[in-house]
Amino acid sequence: MTTKEYESYYVPSQSHWPIVGAVALFMIAVGAANYVTDIKNEVSGYGGYLLLAGIALVIYMVVGWFSNVINESMAGKYSRQMDNSFRQGMSWFIFSEVMFFAAFFGALLYARTFSIPWLDGAGNNAETAAVLWPEFTASWPLIKTPGGTETTAMGWYGLPLINTILLLTSSITAHFAHVALEKNKRSQLKAWLGFTIILGLTFISLQVLEYSHGYSEEMQLYLTSGIYGNTFYMLTGFHGLHVTLGCIMLIVMFFRVLKGHFTPENHFAFQATSWYWHFVDVVWVLLFLFVYIL
Amino acid sequence: MTTHTIDESLDDAHHDHKMKGIKRWLYTTNHKDIGTLYLWFSFIMLLTGGALAMVIRAELFQPGLQIVEPDFFNQLTTVHGLIMVFGAIMPAFTGFANWMLPMMIGAPDMALPRMNNWSFWILPFAFAILLSSFFMESGAPNFGWTFYAPLSTTYSNGSTAFFVFAVHIMGVSSIMGAINIVVTIMNMRAPGMTYMKMPLFVWTFFIMAYLLIAVMPVLAGVVTMVLTDTYFGTSFFNAAGGGDPVMFQHIFWFFGHPEVYIMILPAFGIVSTIIPAFARKKLFGYSSMVYATGSIALLSFIVWAHHMFTTGMPLFGELFFMYCTMLIAVPTGVKVFNWVATMWRGSMTFEVPMLFSIAFVILFTIGGFSGLMLALTPVDFQYHDTYFVVAHFHYVLVTGSLFSIYAGAYFWLPKWTGHMYSDSLSKWHFWCSLISVNLLFFPMHFLGLAGMPRRIPDYALQFADFNKWVSIGGFAFGLSQLIFLAVVIKCIRGGNKAPAKPWDGAEGLEWTVASPAPYHTFSTPPKVD
Repeated sequence: MTTKEYESYYVPSQSHWPIVGAVALFMIAVGAANYVTDIKNEVSGYGGYLLLAGIALVIYMVVGWFSNVINESMAGKYSRQMDNSFRQGMSWFIFSEVMFFAAFFGALLYARTFSIPWLDGAGNNAETAAVLWPEFTASWPLIKTPGGTETTAMGWYGLPLINTILLLTSSITAHFAHVALEKNKRSQLKAWLGFTIILGLTFISLQVLEYSHGYSEEMQLYLTSGIYGNTFYMLTGFHGLHVTLGCIMLIVMFFRVLKGHFTPENHFAFQATSWYWHFVDVVWVLLFLFVYIL
Repeated sequence: MTTHTIDESLDDAHHDHKMKGIKRWLYTTNHKDIGTLYLWFSFIMLLTGGALAMVIRAELFQPGLQIVEPDFFNQLTTVHGLIMVFGAIMPAFTGFANWMLPMMIGAPDMALPRMNNWSFWILPFAFAILLSSFFMESGAPNFGWTFYAPLSTTYSNGSTAFFVFAVHIMGVSSIMGAINIVVTIMNMRAPGMTYMKMPLFVWTFFIMAYLLIAVMPVLAGVVTMVLTDTYFGTSFFNAAGGGDPVMFQHIFWFFGHPEVYIMILPAFGIVSTIIPAFARKKLFGYSSMVYATGSIALLSFIVWAHHMFTTGMPLFGELFFMYCTMLIAVPTGVKVFNWVATMWRGSMTFEVPMLFSIAFVILFTIGGFSGLMLALTPVDFQYHDTYFVVAHFHYVLVTGSLFSIYAGAYFWLPKWTGHMYSDSLSKWHFWCSLISVNLLFFPMHFLGLAGMPRRIPDYALQFADFNKWVSIGGFAFGLSQLIFLAVVIKCIRGGNKAPAKPWDGAEGLEWTVASPAPYHTFSTPPKVD
C-alpha cells in the first residue's frame, strides 16, 4: 500500500448504470412518441406500456447509480476537488433548467407584447386585422382567441396567493434545515426538513385543486384554450413537475438524514437539493408575477 | 489547495483494469475511450448524412424529377441537416474535448466520468429513432432541419413525435457533455495553470460549452411546443389561438444562432493550436484571441433574427439585428488576422494538419464574407432561401468545421494511435477534398444569386449546367472521405512508430506523455509554470 502527497481525484471504475440509463431513455422516447401518435390517430398501442417501463428503468438506474455514489462518498473516496465538481455540475444543471423555463416565458411575453396586439392591428398590421379576424380585440389574459375560443382567466388571489406564501415559506424552512445541518443540530434539521416537505406536498395538492377549478365547466380554462391557456398550463405544469421532483429529492434527503448521513462539512447532496428547491421557488415567483398578476 | 495523504488503494484509476470486448466500451468511464466512441460515431454519422446528400445531388444532377419523389426529397434534406449538425459535427467536437481537454490541462480524466459515458451512449439511440422514421408509414420528418411551424405542426406527417423525442435526447446528451466540459476546465486544471495560461483550444471549448448549456434547453422548449401544438391542441404557433408561427422562428433561432458558433468556436481552437505548431511561432495575440472568442459568444445571443429578415419584422428590429450581426465581423476578423500574423515569417512546413488549417483560414473567410453579405437586410431579401445561403453555411460548416476536425484528427492521430499515418494517402485526401469541395459549393453562390431556391427537387433549365458541376463535385467530395477512412484504419493497424512529440513546433501537455497516450494520464497532476 502506497501513499502520496497530493489530493487524488477519484476516477470511478467501469459502471453499467449509464448504459442502463441510455436504454431507459430510449424506451421512454420510443414509448412516448408511439403513445402520442396513437392518441392522435385514435388507435391503441403498446406505447404507454413502453413509456412506463422506461420510467421504471430510469428509477432503477437512478437508485442504483446514486447508491453507488453514496457508498463511495461514505467510504471517503471523494476529495474536496470531487465535491467541487459535483457542486459546479449541479449549478450549471440548474442554469440549464432556467433557460428551459426562459423559452416558455419568452413565448408568453412574445404573445402578449407582439402577436396579440398585431392580430388586432397594432403597428403596421391594420391589414392583418382587417383580413384575418376583424372582430378580434386584443386583451390579456386572452379570454377570447381570434378563432373564437372563450375561457376565463385564473385570478392571482386565493389558491395562487396561498401557494406563493407556502413555497416562499418552504424556501426559508429549507434554509433553516441547512443551517441546522451546518451547526450539527440533527433534531432541528429533521424538523425543518420535514416541515419543508409538508409545505411542498401541500403546494402540489393545491396546484392539483387549482387545475380542477380550471378544468371545471365554470372556468373552462383548458390547455387548448388559446395562448393564455397554453402558457398557463405549460409554465405551471412544468413548474409543478419540478416541484414534484424537488419534493422527491427532499424526501430522499430526509431518509438519508434519519440514517445518519451528512456531516456539517460534507453534505453535497443536501446542498444540491436545497439549491434546487430555491430554484423552483424563484421560478414560482416569476410565474406568479407574469402568469397570474400582470 | 490543501494536501493530505490519501490511501492509494482507494483510487480505482490506478489499477489499469480495462475490460475486454464490448463491455469495455459500454461501461467505460475513461475519457479516451469515450472520446474514441464519439469520434467514430460522428464519422459514421458523417457518412450516413453524406449518403443522403449523394441522393440529393443525384436528383439535382439534371432538371426534372428522376430518382425520388418531392416528399422524399424533403425528408432527405431534413434528415441530412439534422444528422450533420447534431450527429456529425457536434459529437466530433465533443470527442476532441474528451480526448484532449484532460491531457491539455493535466487532469486525470473528465470531472464526471460516469455521466460522460451516459452522454455518449444516449446519442446512438437518438439517431436510431430519427433514422427509423424513414421506415415508418409516414416517412421521416420533411419540414427541414429548422422545423419551421406550421410545417412541423399543422402540416407535419406522422413521425413528428419521434423527431421531437430524438431531439430531446440529443439535447440531453449535449447539455451533459457541456456541463462535463465546463466543470473539467473550471475545477481540474493542473496547479499553476491559470485561465490565461490555458491553451486556446481549451478556451474555445470552454466558451462553446457555456453556449450549449445556455441554448440547448431553449431547443428543448421549442420542440416541446411543437409537440404540444401537434398532439395536444395548443396554439403557440397558431394565430387563431393568439400565437404566431413567427414566434417559432424567434425561439428556434435564439437557439440556432448560438448553435452555429457552437459548431465553429472549437474549430477556431483546433486551428489556433495547429498553425503555431507548423509556423514554429507562438500564437499571435493569444489574449486577443480569448477576448474575440468571448465577444463572438456574447454577440451570438443578440443576432438571431438575421435569419428572419423577410418575416415582416418591424423596421427597428431589422436594423438592430443587421448592425449587431455586422459587429461579429470584428472579433472574427481579429481571429483571421491573428492566424495570418502567426504564419507571417514563420518557418512553415506543410504537413497535412497544416494544409487543412490553411484551407480552413481561406475557405472559412469566404464563408464569413458571404455571411456579411447575408447580414445586410436589403440584399438579404434577394438572397433569402436561395442556394446562396446553402453555399454560405456549407463553406463555414464543411470547409470550416469539418476541415478543422480533419486538421485536428491528423494532428493528434499519432498521439491517439501511436503510429504515423501515411503521408501520401493523407495528402490525397486533402487535395481531393479541397478541389471537390470547391467544385461542390462555389457554384452554389452563383446559383443562389441567379435565384435558384433551396430545398427543391427540380429547378428551372437555366440552372442545369452549374448543378451538374455541383453534383460532380459532391460525388467526388463524398468519395474522397473514404480515403480518410482508409488512412485512419491503416494508421490504427500499423505504421511508423510515433514519438511522444511528432511535430517539433507543437506545444502543450499532451505531447509530454507517450504515444499512444497511456490509458490513464496525469493521475498525478503536472506542475505548470
